[in-house]
Amino acid sequence: MTGSSQTPAQQASLALSISGVTKRFGNLVANDAISLDLAEGEILALLGENGAGKTTLMSILFGHYLADEGEIFVANGEGHLAPLPPGSPKAALNAGIGMVHQHFTLADNLSVLDNITLGTESLLKFWRSDRAASARLKELQENSGLHVDLDARVGRLSVGERQRVEILKALYRGARILILDEPTAVLTPQESDALFATLKRLTATGLSVIFISHKLNEVLAVSDRLAVLRAGRKVAEIDAKAADRALLAETMVGSAVQPNVRRAHIPGEAVIVARNVRAPDPRGRQTLENADFTIRAGEILGIAGVSGNGQSALAALICGLVAPQEGEIVIAGEPVRRFSPRALMQAGVGRIPEDRHHDGIVGTMRLWENLALEDIRDPAAQTGGFLRQGALRIRAKEAMSAFDVRGGGPETEARLLSGGNMQKIILARVLDGEPRVILANQPTRGLDVGAVSFVHRRLLDARARGAAILLMSEDLDELLALSDRVGVMYRGTLSAIHPAEDMTVRRLGLLMAGHDDLGDAA
Amino acid sequence: MIRLEPRQERSSALSIAAPVVAAIAALALAAIPLFIAGAPLGAAYAAMFNGALGSQFALAETLTRTTPLIFTGLAVAVAFRARLWNIGAEGQLYVGALAAVVVGTGMIDAPGFVLIPLLFLAGGLAGAALMAVPTGLKLKFSVDEVVTSLLLNFVVLLFVSMMLEGPLKDPMGLGWPQSEAIVDEGTLPVLMARTRVHAGLILALFMAVIVHIVMARTVWGFETRAVGSNPSAARFAGMSTSMVMLRVGLVSGALAGLAGVSEVAGLKGYLTQDLSPGFGYSGIVVAMLAGLHPLGVVVSAFFVAAVFVGADSMSRAVGVPSYIANLTVAVALLAVLVAGVLTRYRIRIQKPGARNV
Repeated sequence: MTGSSQTPAQQASLALSISGVTKRFGNLVANDAISLDLAEGEILALLGENGAGKTTLMSILFGHYLADEGEIFVANGEGHLAPLPPGSPKAALNAGIGMVHQHFTLADNLSVLDNITLGTESLLKFWRSDRAASARLKELQENSGLHVDLDARVGRLSVGERQRVEILKALYRGARILILDEPTAVLTPQESDALFATLKRLTATGLSVIFISHKLNEVLAVSDRLAVLRAGRKVAEIDAKAADRALLAETMVGSAVQPNVRRAHIPGEAVIVARNVRAPDPRGRQTLENADFTIRAGEILGIAGVSGNGQSALAALICGLVAPQEGEIVIAGEPVRRFSPRALMQAGVGRIPEDRHHDGIVGTMRLWENLALEDIRDPAAQTGGFLRQGALRIRAKEAMSAFDVRGGGPETEARLLSGGNMQKIILARVLDGEPRVILANQPTRGLDVGAVSFVHRRLLDARARGAAILLMSEDLDELLALSDRVGVMYRGTLSAIHPAEDMTVRRLGLLMAGHDDLGDAA
Repeated sequence: MIRLEPRQERSSALSIAAPVVAAIAALALAAIPLFIAGAPLGAAYAAMFNGALGSQFALAETLTRTTPLIFTGLAVAVAFRARLWNIGAEGQLYVGALAAVVVGTGMIDAPGFVLIPLLFLAGGLAGAALMAVPTGLKLKFSVDEVVTSLLLNFVVLLFVSMMLEGPLKDPMGLGWPQSEAIVDEGTLPVLMARTRVHAGLILALFMAVIVHIVMARTVWGFETRAVGSNPSAARFAGMSTSMVMLRVGLVSGALAGLAGVSEVAGLKGYLTQDLSPGFGYSGIVVAMLAGLHPLGVVVSAFFVAAVFVGADSMSRAVGVPSYIANLTVAVALLAVLVAGVLTRYRIRIQKPGARNV
């Protein structure tokens, strides 16, 4: 992480002042009289569990929602605070508020320059002044260090580069306040460091930043001040220098968080073996090239890698969505002959999908139905084609209390759950059958501290019971904490696999960026 | 300023009220074309109501009209639940009728309790076979079933026309392009004396209940709903989405085929080219009004039938074109789509410049 953080211009004038904002959805108070100031040149981290009200607050700031009470003031060009007209994204843009979403909003087929100038020019103009725009952008790049080839097609850029384009886009439109929503979720540690360096440079020139993140380490490294939301209220405002991880986690959750520890034990016999496997990616991205690995009973193998380096092909293979073109997968001594989700489940593989909304949950179906999604044809779930609804509802009730699912009962539609509770439903479904092999693909993405801790505990429980677990995660701290051994995917190839104890985040980062493992870590 | 905000939770009362309000709004909006046509509004609505529901005979006519709409409405509702866009119920109805005429005009000599089920079986199979084509093309080659199922309607109509001018033409029909009549054993019994309501209605109601039970309580229905609302999650969970789609396509086509059998064997007695005034297309409106719920289909089929029958007698009474019926049904569809939005979003009206305190 980056070194010492210099304080912003002491007691600099305010860039933004949120005053007593309250927003209700029916009985739910999403934001309860929240007041928050942002100084010019300051990086403010906004922390909170899912459902704490961060997104609602930012949506109000950006004009997507109307606050029920309260006002927002933004500094105008002369530095005087002026009220921001509520409910107007256009007014927010004009006032200099720029937002970089977690999911980028770029057109892949257009050049970087086109993406940045898109929508800033009048529709009535016949020709475009590319030269003026690119001159201004060059200057912006000089000042900010956000270097991207302006003529490159966005589709060819790496994720880190795309994020730079998004930030440039906001700056080009005159943003003086930049909101970054989980900006590092898709970056390697080195890319994250580069982003933080850029942010420091930008704030030195007067830009103010609101930084939303779940990763406490980097929040502490990059921000000047932290605001913590819990259940719609602002529960703490802390100087970053006075905060530490444990304190932050406790403030977010409202109670102390027990760290999960992986107890050393001797793993059992090999449960899943991949031999020289080559497999395509279902969406035509990076193929998996001769992967070799063994996971033994009671062992977690962690796979790191920047998204798009063949992990999705590996995951699809273990999920049964694609078949290997070469090589073989052996589970419990039996080579897998047929590759379909059903065949892999029958071989004893439990699968936690990367994208729970897309692959894990049927939003319009009830929770008891979602819990029965994988085994609906089992005799326990049906008799003669008729659902055993009573039994399934009882099973759902038990599973939901065992996995601490909150926010509804068996009859609730799955789409109404928060991300963490959805993930618990998937865990309950996957772990219920005590599978021999577990694929956990980004199992804690987007979850809050409490839910992350819960997922970790369950995975470690499964490990203790003797499951062989393949863990893929972009959160390298998580990967190193849970895994017995780790490997890195780069351009479709799996690196040599090392004991987790020999690995550091930095060394993983180098491998993820394609550097040879020189062993010069630490 | 008027804004739409998503609702946190959809209330079930609202999702029942929405189509009812939509239907009433559609009837009310019919006043505009009636007014333009110069009709006395009070008399027009009275004629419409009396024509549809005002007497035993009127009610019987409405029920007769309801029967095929339940079948086609169910056909569409089942398919749309799985996101299989079957726009071809009209064609499936006609092949169903054609199959009934082939089997039921003397080919088989059997008593009614054998022949009638045979007619429905033949019609259902024919409808299923026809819908198998667009479904298969969709699954195998990703051909858009909206286009193929729709265009097949015209192919089928021309085919029916060819058959009625050729091999199936009634030699005693004085040269009209019509088939021979269904034999007496194959004719459905009339339910009320001196009306045209026939046993097809019973079968339609029965099918609605069956479809409801299948959708709500069986593995087939479970898989259909899962594939319809999130196909990738269904596939991930080990379901065969193409098997589910194929099954749904066959069932949907069969249900529409039953409509044709019911019309020929219950009402008309023989097949002509104008057997259906667009029951297949109206089935889409019926299904959408019902929110794709099988039991709701019964209610919405009755509503749509009442509008058609009522508008017919209104046009005779006050001298306006009966196209008003088509207009009303179309407006009802639009209204229910709008109502669907309102069950998912709430409207907030904000006076410009006003401060919320």
